Formats: sequence, C-alpha cells, structure tokens
Amino acid sequence: MTVPLSWYLIFATALFSLGFFGVLSRRNAVAVLMGVELMLNAVNVNLVAFWRYLTPTDLSGQIFVVFVFTVAAAEAAVGLALMISIYRTRKTINVDEINDLKH
Amino acid sequence: MSESIFNLTWLIPLPTALAFFAIILFANPKKRLSSKIAVGGVIIAWILSWAVAIMFFVNPEFTEQPFDLAVPWIPMGNIVFHMGVAVDAVTAGMLFMVGFVLTMIFIYSTGYMSFPGHLDPEKYPDAAKEGLDPRYSRFFAYISLFATGMLGLVVADNLLMLFIFWEIMGLCSYLLIGFWFDKSYPDPKQITPKAAGLKAFLTTRVGDVLFMMGLIFLFIHAGDLNFQNIFANQEFLHELSTTTVNLPFFGAVTWAGLISMLIFWGAIGKSAQFPLHVWLPDAMEGPTPVSALIHAATMVSAGVYLIVRMSPLFSAAAHGGSGVMMFVAFIGAFTALFAATIAVAQKDIKKVLAYSTISQLGYMFAALGIGAWVAAIIHLLIHAFFKSLLFMGSGSVIHGVHHGHEHAHAHGHGEGGHEEYFDPQDMFNMGGLLKRMPITAWTFIIGGASLSAFPLITAGFWSKDEILAHAWADGHMAVYWTLAAGAFLTAFYTFRQIFLTFFGSPRTEAAEHAPESVRSMTWPLVALAFFALFGGFVAVPEDFPVVGGLASDFLAKLMEMQGEFYGLHVAPARFDWTPALISMTLALSGIVVAWLVYGWKPLKAKQPDPLRRWLGPVYTVLENKYYFDELYYFIAVRPTLWLASFFYLFDRGVIDRIVNWVGAFNRWLARTLRRWIDEYIIDGAVNGVGLVTTWTGAVVRLIQTGQAQNYLLILLLSVVILLLLIPFGS
Repeated sequence: MTVPLSWYLIFATALFSLGFFGVLSRRNAVAVLMGVELMLNAVNVNLVAFWRYLTPTDLSGQIFVVFVFTVAAAEAAVGLALMISIYRTRKTINVDEINDLKH
Repeated sequence: MSESIFNLTWLIPLPTALAFFAIILFANPKKRLSSKIAVGGVIIAWILSWAVAIMFFVNPEFTEQPFDLAVPWIPMGNIVFHMGVAVDAVTAGMLFMVGFVLTMIFIYSTGYMSFPGHLDPEKYPDAAKEGLDPRYSRFFAYISLFATGMLGLVVADNLLMLFIFWEIMGLCSYLLIGFWFDKSYPDPKQITPKAAGLKAFLTTRVGDVLFMMGLIFLFIHAGDLNFQNIFANQEFLHELSTTTVNLPFFGAVTWAGLISMLIFWGAIGKSAQFPLHVWLPDAMEGPTPVSALIHAATMVSAGVYLIVRMSPLFSAAAHGGSGVMMFVAFIGAFTALFAATIAVAQKDIKKVLAYSTISQLGYMFAALGIGAWVAAIIHLLIHAFFKSLLFMGSGSVIHGVHHGHEHAHAHGHGEGGHEEYFDPQDMFNMGGLLKRMPITAWTFIIGGASLSAFPLITAGFWSKDEILAHAWADGHMAVYWTLAAGAFLTAFYTFRQIFLTFFGSPRTEAAEHAPESVRSMTWPLVALAFFALFGGFVAVPEDFPVVGGLASDFLAKLMEMQGEFYGLHVAPARFDWTPALISMTLALSGIVVAWLVYGWKPLKAKQPDPLRRWLGPVYTVLENKYYFDELYYFIAVRPTLWLASFFYLFDRGVIDRIVNWVGAFNRWLARTLRRWIDEYIIDGAVNGVGLVTTWTGAVVRLIQTGQAQNYLLILLLSVVILLLLIPFGS
C-alpha cells in the first residue's frame, strides 16, 4: 500500500496549524519562535511531498527545502539574539509587554 | 510791418505769468531774486504793451478793422471756443495805462515791502534782520499773477477769457488783501486782513454769479462770445433788443436788457459800486502797493472796462426800451456822491482814498449810463494814474510815520514807556510832513489836485470835465448836479487829507521824526505825477480856448472812431462854458472850504475834527459809513449764520440719525448672518470634518495594539475570509 499525497498534506496542515497556534497563543517569545519553526517545517513537508509526487525529476523542491532550513537556522539565530537583547534591556521576553510598535 | 507788431499781443500776459511760476517753483527762498524776476517780467510786459499801444495810436486806421488773433481752444459740438487776443482803441488805451502803472507799482513794492515794521521782531527775527517782509517772495509771486490777470483781461478777445482773467484777479485780490493774515488789532471791531480778504471775495462773488448768468444767456443767443463778432453785429443786437422774456416780478424784459443788467452786476461787484461797495474800504488792510494796484488803478476799473466793452449791447438795450442805462447812470451818480460823503469823515489816510476810488468809479459808471463811454474810458485811464500816485504817496507817508514812530521810541521821547497802540495810518497822528517828506508831499499834492479836478493844469480836470460836459449837453440834469455835488466833496475831502497830513505842525512824535522814503518808492511817484499833470491833455476839448488847439483831443477822437466800428455814435460834447465854470467853481470852493477848516488854523495834537462839532450826528453816521457793514451783518451775515446753525442741527438731528440707523441695521444684519451662516454652516462643516476624522481615528486606533500577535491574528482572519470569498469571486 502506498501513502497518498493527501496524507502528507493533511499532516503538514496540522503541523502548520499547531505552529501558527503556538505563534499566536504563546506569551513566551522563545515559544513563539518555536512555533515559527514548526510552521517552516510544515512548509518543508509540503515542498518535499509535492516534489516526490508531482515532479520527482526536478530537484527544485529539494533545493528549496535546503534554502528554507538555512534561512530558518539564520532566523532562529537572529531571533534568539534579539530575545537576549530584549531581555537584557527590559528584563522580560513576554510578548504582551513588548508592544513598542504601538508608539 | 506795423500790423505785425500786433502779433506780439498774445505775449503780453506771458512774462508776468512766467515770473509767477519761476518765483513759486524756484526762486521762493531767495527774496531779492524773486523781486528781480517779478520786476523784470513786468518791465518786458510794459515794453510790449507800449509797443502795441503806441503802434495803434499812431495808426488810427486800425480802428476800422481791429486786430484779432485767435486759435481754436475748446471744441463743443458745432461750436468752437477760440482763445485769442484783440487790439482796438480801448485795449490800446488800457494797455498804455496798465503796463506803465504795473511797472511803477512793482518797483515801488520792492521798497515798500522792505519794511517789516508792523511785525513783531521777536516772532520774525530773520525779517527784522534782513529788513524784508518775511513773505517778500510770495508777495511778488501774487502781484505777478495779478499782472497776468489784468493784462490778459485787457487783451482777451472774448468774454470767456475775460471772465477767467477776471476771476484770477479776484483770487489775487483775496490773497493780497489777506497778505498779512496774522495781523490783528487791539480793537476787536477793527477788521483784520484775513476777514477783509474773505469779505472782498464773498462780496464780489455775488456780482460774479450774476455776471456768469449774463454770459450764459448771451452765449445761448449768440453762440459765440467774441467781442467783435457780437458787438459789431448790428442785426444780432437788434434782434436781442426786440425779443423779450418773461421774468417773475419784473414782467417782460428784452433779452438785451436782461443780459446787460446781469453783466452790470458783475461790474458793480468788481468796481465796488453801491450796494456792493462794502468790500473795497476794508480791502485797504492789504499792503499799500496792493491798494494802489488792485483796489484803485486796475482791477476795480476792470468793471468799467467791461461795461465799456459791452456798450453796444447796453445801447441796443436802451434802444429796445430797457431802462438798464438809466440804472447804470443812477448807480454811478448815486455812488459817486454817496462815497464822497463817507470819505469826508474818515480819519484813515487809505480809507479816504478808498472811498474816493469808489466815488470816482461812480463817475465813470454815470458817464457810461448817459452814453458817454469815451469820457468814461478816458477818466478811467487818467484816474488810474493819479489814484495809484495817491495810494503810493499814502504808503510812503505811512512808512515815514511808522519809521518816525520807531525812531521816537528808540530815543526814549515816546509816551513814557507805556505801550499804546499807534496807528500810522491815522491822519490825526500826522501833520507837517511837507518839510520832512518833500517828494512824497509834492507828488501827493499833484495827485490830490488832479483828483479834485483843479482847473486847467491837472489831468483830472479834463477827464472829469468831459463827463460833466456830456451830462450837461445831453440834458441829464439830475446826473449833472449829483456829480457836481460829488466834485465839490471830492475837492473838500482831498484837501482835508492834504492839509491834515502835510501842513501845520506835527501832531505826534512819530510825524516829527518821519523820514523821506527810499528812492525805489519816490521815483515811481514822480513818474506818475507827470501823468497826473499832463495825461489830461489827450482829453482837452478841441474847441477849448488856447490849449484846445494844441492837444486836439486825440484819444477821444480815436475812441470815437472805434465806436463807429461797434455802431456807437457818440457826438463829441461841444465845449460849453456854463458847466465848465460851475465845475471849476465847485472844485475850487471845495479846496477853499478845506483850507478854511483845516489849513487856516491847523489842528493841534489831540484836537478833534472840527467837522464833528459842526455836523454832529451826521458826522457819526458818515464816520460809520452809513452803518452799511452793520446792516449787511444784520440782513446777510447773521441769517446765513442762523441758516448754517439750523442746517447743523438738521444735520445732527436728521441726517446723522438716518446714517446711524443704517449703520445699526447693518450691524444687526451682520450679527445675524454670522450666527446663521458662519456659526452653523461654515463652522459646522469645518468642525464636522474634524469630528469625522477624530471618530475614525478613535475606532481605527483600537486595532493598533503594538503586539505582533494581534496583527498576525488579523492576517489570519483576513486570509480565512478571503479564502471563503473565493467561491463567490469566480
């Protein structure tokens, strides 16, 4: 028995939704960042699944995934650095309190 | 060649006009330069005038077609007013007199105005230092303008220009009477120069308005105002004297009668005839050269000149049955006697001369009224010479007495220091000046003799005799006897003046120390005295024994020839011994009576006028000029002031109220509009825009929390909504 494409897509959707929920609901900025990672990986799952089922001869899907990994790693590094910087100045990383965009 | 010199006529009024502008525009700060410019201008005008006049005298054939040079001036539809100059015998005679008298008086003025003695030296330190009147330049500017007016009036060839120059002279008269406008007297009843100027201007205005009405009527009928076109046109004059107009109160009068009557009123005002005579005596408040020039020699005789010019119209009116000539004769003769009686009781040396001027002008009008216009113009010319001489002589006397007064003060033999107002014009402050001011005295006596018509040797005798001879010959007995009585009074008051001023012993310190005047003042006197003596030989009747043959009466003949051109036939009066002897007797007896009263036993200091004792209340009436000033104050000035105050109240009570009401209404309207339109509509719109923006901002601000999670949530919701909308979109 073969696993149909839809299963991957449903899985990726669930994963994306979990990640998005995490981003919206967590108060801890690190947890928000983790949610973002989940969303990125859900996209990666999609990309790989589409590559495998629709265009197996074309490498662009896999290459895109590698790019996303790279960018996600950079993003995590910059994001965590920002967290530390924010923590140092404000003694908190609660996103509810970081509302300077309002001003 | 001889004709071509007339082409210079239009230049005659120009030099003085240029002098006027040069002084007011450039030379005003330089006083001596101003006087030189003025004198230079008038001398050029004099030379031109004499050139034209003498050219006319030696070529009597010009009377047949007088010279006229005109250029178009004001086009009005089909009618074009021309500006032009004309020369006929009357103009030539006037030019001869005016040019010369003007020049003499200008020269005299340079001396006369160099004495600011009447001014407070503390108020005018500069004037006292340089010895010139503080408004020296202005004086010469004014008299230059005046000279322009007079010369222009004489050469003008139409009535419109004549009227314009007439008014220029009126303006100058006003300015010059009030020349010392800051002068005031301790006696509040004595008229000040400022008030006198106003009085002269307003009184002559009465006549001028009527004159202008006459001009307008004449223009309506003739369509032209040129002298030669109107007055040499017999058909037109005849038509004017036969068509009538109905007037309220007067009934039907001929147009010629109406027009000549209106124009005569202009002459009454200008020549100070009864009942508009009141301004001339007060005009003596002006500087004495002005009195000599304007109020004796030239301007006041412009009225006579005007009527001489209008003689064809007057005689046409008389032919048409109008009584206007009789009216002229009546006014003239009455004024001649009336003014002479006032002159008898005056104590101011210039006032006597002022009344004698009015009286002598009355003689001229009387002559015009009886048709003897030749005698009138000759008397006008000769009178100008001797009357300007008398006035300038009186100015010289006033100067002398004023100097003497200052001298007496300076050396401490005054009245012990207490400042009493001293009137240097009062004849009772004079006496014995013959020895102290010989040139002034002798020329004054010559002028006075001429004015009194001293028989045979003076000019005034011949010219006045001609008027009386005409009155006698034409049977105007009432006029003759009135004028003869006037002649007696004239001789009396003139010699009263001479005896009081020059004979006896000095009655005040001032007269004791009076010096002779400077040469610029005495030389014109001598020059004029020559004409006052010999000028009359142009008017000696041809059939007079001995001298008649020598003089041949050339001026009168010339005028009569000119009269032919205008259709005026004046028969030369036959010489008649009866009126001549009567007038000689009267003149001589006037002199003798004056000698008996004032010359035989000269008055002592502070002694009253003996006439006052003999005439009693009559003297008081004469001294107060028949109370005409008071009468006019009562009937003219006071009602005018009442009317003015009534109109003032009307203005305040009615006009101002209406204006205020309109103002209040507008304020109310503005307030209402502000409330309804400004406050509710305009402000509402502006505030509405603001409020909408505020509300929108308040609502939209709620979604800007500054929290990225909220934004993301909104993003999510938006995407979900868009996704749900996709099926509807396609």
